[in-house]
Amino acid sequence: MASWIGTIFEKLRAFLLLDFIRGFLLGMRYFFRKKATLDYPFERGALSSRFRGEHALRRYPNGEERCIACKLCEAVCPAQAITIEAGPAQADGTRRATRYDIDMLKCIYCGLCQEACPVDAIVEGPNLAYAAESREELIYDKEKLLANGDRWEEALADNLKKEAPYR
Amino acid sequence: MTAFLTEVGIPFLWIVAHGAAILVGLLIFLAFALYMDRKVWAAVQMRRGPNVVGPFGLLQSVADFLKFLFKEPIIPDGANKVVFLLAPLITFTLSLGAWAVVPLAEGWALADINLGILYLFALTSLGVYGIIMGGWASNSKYAFLGALRSAAQMVSYEVSIGFIIVCVLLAAGSLNLSAIVMAQKDMWFIFPLFPAFVLFFISALAETNRPPFDLPEAESELVAGFMVEYSSTPYLLFMIGELAAAILMCAMATTLFLGGWLPPLDIAPFNWLPGFFWFFLKTLFIFFLFAMVKAIVPRYRYDQLMRLGWKVFLPLSLLMVALTASALIILRGGA
Repeated sequence: MASWIGTIFEKLRAFLLLDFIRGFLLGMRYFFRKKATLDYPFERGALSSRFRGEHALRRYPNGEERCIACKLCEAVCPAQAITIEAGPAQADGTRRATRYDIDMLKCIYCGLCQEACPVDAIVEGPNLAYAAESREELIYDKEKLLANGDRWEEALADNLKKEAPYR
Repeated sequence: MTAFLTEVGIPFLWIVAHGAAILVGLLIFLAFALYMDRKVWAAVQMRRGPNVVGPFGLLQSVADFLKFLFKEPIIPDGANKVVFLLAPLITFTLSLGAWAVVPLAEGWALADINLGILYLFALTSLGVYGIIMGGWASNSKYAFLGALRSAAQMVSYEVSIGFIIVCVLLAAGSLNLSAIVMAQKDMWFIFPLFPAFVLFFISALAETNRPPFDLPEAESELVAGFMVEYSSTPYLLFMIGELAAAILMCAMATTLFLGGWLPPLDIAPFNWLPGFFWFFLKTLFIFFLFAMVKAIVPRYRYDQLMRLGWKVFLPLSLLMVALTASALIILRGGA
């Protein structure tokens, strides 16, 4: 095969704009495709039950705090974002945390705290939109975490139930 | 005095009103053309495009417009203030002024002058001055580089556009835009002059700095080219000017090749619609092609752009002039 024939075909293709016509047709095919974008605030992507978002401290169904101030989460936290102070033993022999702070600016959302927790007290929930206007607002104290737990309990319990077989 | 008022005053007012109507209509159309541009681009990339402001995002351009108006115009230190502010005005005024001769429908042209096509060509060519002035007055090397690129590019492609226009002029036998449209009554020029139409389309992209020839503002290399120091209203004027020039090229392609306001077939269902509607539809179609090209063709390198302009388009358009002239002599008999 002489190379000049190939050259002629190449030139012809360039002059007849065949590549551009093909590109146009391809473009038109994509034009009518389903959009890949989500209409974000109104339409959200699916979250896994293992999604690690904003933290929450859970309660037992009778309203009692789950956290027993064992400090396993504080110990395991690689970013050292958790600070816990334990109170004295109560009448029934259990302990409660008097202080439970998470610095959300330090947290790396690794999920080790919820893995370490023996009583499923500290968990990372499905909430991912909790931006604040100041740094102070992002240092969560116990009250804030418990409030989160009350707010997201339904979803948190659901996720824990789904993940139970694998833990 | 009364004679003066009725003979000069009323026609003058009529012209002013006519011009204002065209201007307002054009600016509103530009807003939606920009929206369409972005939507087409988005659709090809499987995105949604602007969809938040107003129903389906239709008011996005209005929001952008207001944003530009309320921003603070920054004039760089060392910039030549007068030229810096004059440049966007020139681009804007020239690209809008060119619309005066475009026949939007039969007898709708604001100025149906005999050298209409020459006027159009002159004004689109003058557009390069706004860019050079803007780039030079910014006192910035990036703006200056962008302006240099732009000047070379626009001058190169003007040449081939000029020759293609000559083809149409030969076929139509007139420089009056309305006469050119009427000459296409039997057959649109796109059919006998199809290669010229393709050349015109591509040159128009280069002439108006549209992608894939948007080297002057090439986002990835030059940030915004000659506009890099502009902000707020002057920037807005540049953007509107560029878009108006692009749409003007669409309108020119419609007038020169697609039979302007003429319906595709002069039979019942087609010629019920008014001429303006057909003109609008054809211009919109060409603009759709502009937008599609933006979505599917990668940007040309500078040397490729120059090679294409001088080594391919110039000889081809010259050849088209020679072919058209010969064909006309043979068909119409006698020189």
